[in-house]
Amino acid sequence: MSVVEWETVVGLEVHCELETATKLFCGCRNAFGDEPNTNICPVCLGLPGSLPVLNRQAVEFAMRIGAALHCDVRPSIFHRKNYFYPDMPKDYQISQYDEPINVEGWLELPDGSRVGIERAHMEEDTGKTTHVGTSGRIHGADYALVDYNRAGVPLVEIVSKPDIRSAEQARAYVSELRAILLAVGVSDARMEEGSLRVDANVSVRHAGSDQYGTRCEVKNMNSLRSLGRAVDYEVARQVALLEAGERVVQETRHWDEDDGRTHSLRSKEEAFDYRYFPEPDLVPVAPSPDWVASVRAALPALPAERRVALASRAGVAPADVATVVSLGLDELVTSAIDAGADPRLALARAGNEVAADIERAPSLEAAAFARVLAMEGEGRLTATQSKQVLGELLASGGDPEEIARAHGFEAMGDDALVSVVDEVIVAHPAEADRLRGGESKLTGFFVGKVMAATAGKADGKAVTRLLRERLG
Amino acid sequence: MPGMPRRISRDDVAHVAWLARLDVTDDELERFTEQLGAILEHAADVAALDTSGVPPTAHPLPLANVLRDDVPHESLDRDEVLAEAPTAEDGRSCSPHPGRGRVSAAATASSVRTGERRAREVVEEALALVESGDGALHAFNNVLIEEALAAADEVDRQVAAGVDPGPLAGVPVALKDNLCTRGVATTCSSRILDGWRPPYDATVVARLRDAGAVVVGKTNMDEFAMGSSTENSAFGPTRNPCDPSRVPGGSSGGSAAAVAAGFVPVALGSDTGGSIRQPAALCGVVGVKPTYGLVSRYGLVAFASSLDQIGPFAATVEDAALALEVIAGHDPCDSTSIAEPAPSLVAVLGDGVEGLRVGVVRELTDGCDADVRARLAEAVAGLESAGAKVEEVSVPAAAYGLSAYYLIAPAEASSNLARYDGVRYGLRVQGTDVAAMYGRTRAAGFGPEVKRRIMLGTYALSAGYYDAYYGQAQRVRTLIIRDFDAAYRDHDLLVSPTTPTTAFPIGAKADDPLAMYLSDVCTVPSNLAGQPAMTVPFGRGDDGLPVGVQVLAPARGEAVMFRAAAVLEAHAP
Repeated sequence: MSVVEWETVVGLEVHCELETATKLFCGCRNAFGDEPNTNICPVCLGLPGSLPVLNRQAVEFAMRIGAALHCDVRPSIFHRKNYFYPDMPKDYQISQYDEPINVEGWLELPDGSRVGIERAHMEEDTGKTTHVGTSGRIHGADYALVDYNRAGVPLVEIVSKPDIRSAEQARAYVSELRAILLAVGVSDARMEEGSLRVDANVSVRHAGSDQYGTRCEVKNMNSLRSLGRAVDYEVARQVALLEAGERVVQETRHWDEDDGRTHSLRSKEEAFDYRYFPEPDLVPVAPSPDWVASVRAALPALPAERRVALASRAGVAPADVATVVSLGLDELVTSAIDAGADPRLALARAGNEVAADIERAPSLEAAAFARVLAMEGEGRLTATQSKQVLGELLASGGDPEEIARAHGFEAMGDDALVSVVDEVIVAHPAEADRLRGGESKLTGFFVGKVMAATAGKADGKAVTRLLRERLG
Repeated sequence: MPGMPRRISRDDVAHVAWLARLDVTDDELERFTEQLGAILEHAADVAALDTSGVPPTAHPLPLANVLRDDVPHESLDRDEVLAEAPTAEDGRSCSPHPGRGRVSAAATASSVRTGERRAREVVEEALALVESGDGALHAFNNVLIEEALAAADEVDRQVAAGVDPGPLAGVPVALKDNLCTRGVATTCSSRILDGWRPPYDATVVARLRDAGAVVVGKTNMDEFAMGSSTENSAFGPTRNPCDPSRVPGGSSGGSAAAVAAGFVPVALGSDTGGSIRQPAALCGVVGVKPTYGLVSRYGLVAFASSLDQIGPFAATVEDAALALEVIAGHDPCDSTSIAEPAPSLVAVLGDGVEGLRVGVVRELTDGCDADVRARLAEAVAGLESAGAKVEEVSVPAAAYGLSAYYLIAPAEASSNLARYDGVRYGLRVQGTDVAAMYGRTRAAGFGPEVKRRIMLGTYALSAGYYDAYYGQAQRVRTLIIRDFDAAYRDHDLLVSPTTPTTAFPIGAKADDPLAMYLSDVCTVPSNLAGQPAMTVPFGRGDDGLPVGVQVLAPARGEAVMFRAAAVLEAHAP
């Protein structure tokens, strides 16, 4: 039996599409979801004779990312990364190599741990290939269609240090990074739409070792959930190999969401030799100290600061407000608290009900949100009713009072409730005696009876209080 | 300083061919192994230079922060682009149109602007000359009769309407077939671009049109500008108008021949290591390689991006100056374009060389033939008689120019030519999968010299060899720039022969790539340094063929360079 403890080591490479108006090296629109091949020009098609010219806004966005990740923002140059692929029009990718714009930063997770950032560099995206054929797989496809709308879209690749120690931490890192990218306004950062793409370098080693194990690069995770599953699977696979006395082979592996495994991508002896060399068609980018300083100065409050601010306002720990802050709901919660809402209630409703319909959250007015919380706090709405009112507010707006009224949610006042409670006690004398005798689990029995008698309009807390007054 | 690696093996060549997606036969493997070995052995010179502490030069000019506003433009029309997609099983058919006065461009433009002559007449004359004369020379890949006549008519309409068509009004010009012309085939004399019609005009082409010039055709060249004789054309060689058994030089041999034959007064070419100056010298015309960045490269099909410059051929120094004024100047579509207006050249042609200090570059002169050196000596005497002070000067690192060039240019080319893969345009040879299609398309589409350079460049950039070859060549490039800078501290201009010999017979060097490369020895240093240089015809060699004298100047020194060229022209025998 094995007594060895294994430690997970993960480094993440995150590609983030920048929300510029145009592509990185040409004036074609940078838009997701347009008709294929309608945002194209000689430059992004790599036509003979065409030349790239760098987009200032993309540089500024890259600098913002660097500043937000506490990086050193430096003079940089572009290289060509040479390899053949049909969706790469020039058969080389313009990227940054040994002189990237951002180096040596860090990111702080809600639990207070820090992950180092090795670099965050600019590069161009490729086109998108769709393989068409009966089998639906790459191999055996009859033909492929290529959409070059995405070719040349600006990307920043953020490379972490191998500081991540669990699948959970990997998810927290991406979630935090996503919140930062949203906060600084450079990307919509959607994993499902591919504007945020995560590759994981995973290895394992004996706990306490200072040597890294052989790593595998895992690709094709398109949600936080699949990232977590893929890392867990890959760690288990590597540990099993090592415990069986075998070796881990350094390779790229593809995560398959359906079968929940990673698969080797080895098609043949892919001897990658990218033959990087400085891109002669572009000149160095050396942002002036003034430019860098103005980018730093214009940064909005970042999630870590916002967590501290909201946590102190709400009287909870920073980790308890992480979800709300990562979704950008902290202002909503703060205004509700300012309007007198119970902080924990505000956090709970924002973190669950509002988060569940996050697409519509921007349309939710802080005053209306605060009103719902107040009604719930005053006992005029039950928790169930409050959630339903909030759901409708998000879906179609309106006035909370009117929504509640329309549903007949006018909460029962104590007077009405007292008589129902008394009726129920009279109707069940044996159970009332047992509760009086200390059999507290019977509280639920009575609450249920009151609820049934009031068709759910009674506030459970108020019923419990009244029962205690009478039978407690 | 990195040492030189072991000799390239057959396995290395096979690996490099795979990296470059080129299918090669066993015979080719054998031949390429031998040839690449010989070239690399010569290029290994660069290892002899101590480059410790010398930074590499990736860009010849110190530009930085060239940025574009984030403002959208319209997309190309999808159907127009898709119409260029390869569909045929084995590519399209390959059928270039082989297609021949001497009035200067300046005189023509001035007579058309005043209405004295009609552009239509001028262009019809040029087309007639091409028609009758180019069958023997093959300067043109494609003569644009209808387009040229329509453009001439437009110029005439402007004149009739009182609008000035511009400084090249009605002047027939020829374009090297690596300059993109909207809707008109642009072949680079390669099968791989079979049938491709660019959806846009190169910046220089647009500027010529805006100045009233009329494009009459696209000229033959060494495939993708790789060569020094115009024999490496998929459409057959161009012949030298001065002696049809000789090469016109290359790679812009078609443009040089078109001007030398008198078909057109002005033509454009591109110069990566001498591809304008060398053919101009061998054909007896004027040819200019401007400062890197003076003329936009947008729409020039790239060979070696850090070295390529577009420039004019002309029968006279004045016409060359006029054409360069039109095509030069900042272009926001080229990040390496100098952000200043075009220099004024025609106005200074009469300024002479009185008091100028001129150096004869020893390293670019010593290895040249005796008759060529004799003409240079006469040219120097001419400059002295005009008041210049001339002395011999040394630019030591220039001796390593050729070696550095034959590492840097193929390296960049190997990357620039990757896009010819059969996916989006041009030739496609179908394969069982995409990798097979790449290998077969590229094997069928590229000629032997292009394949050689792609493999040479791929090797020079590949893991384990980068530092010794590409990296070292870039550091040598820095040394060459430093040595030129030192020479220009005491001199306004430098001179040398343009080529070591006069035009050689067709076929003489076709099987010996290294011997062919040596014909660029006098011209490559200027490209590496990003500095301007031009050739002016100066008499004939012992064989009766033209000899050119090269005038070199510091970056952006075009005005003083043209002053000296005008003096040489006036003193030429």
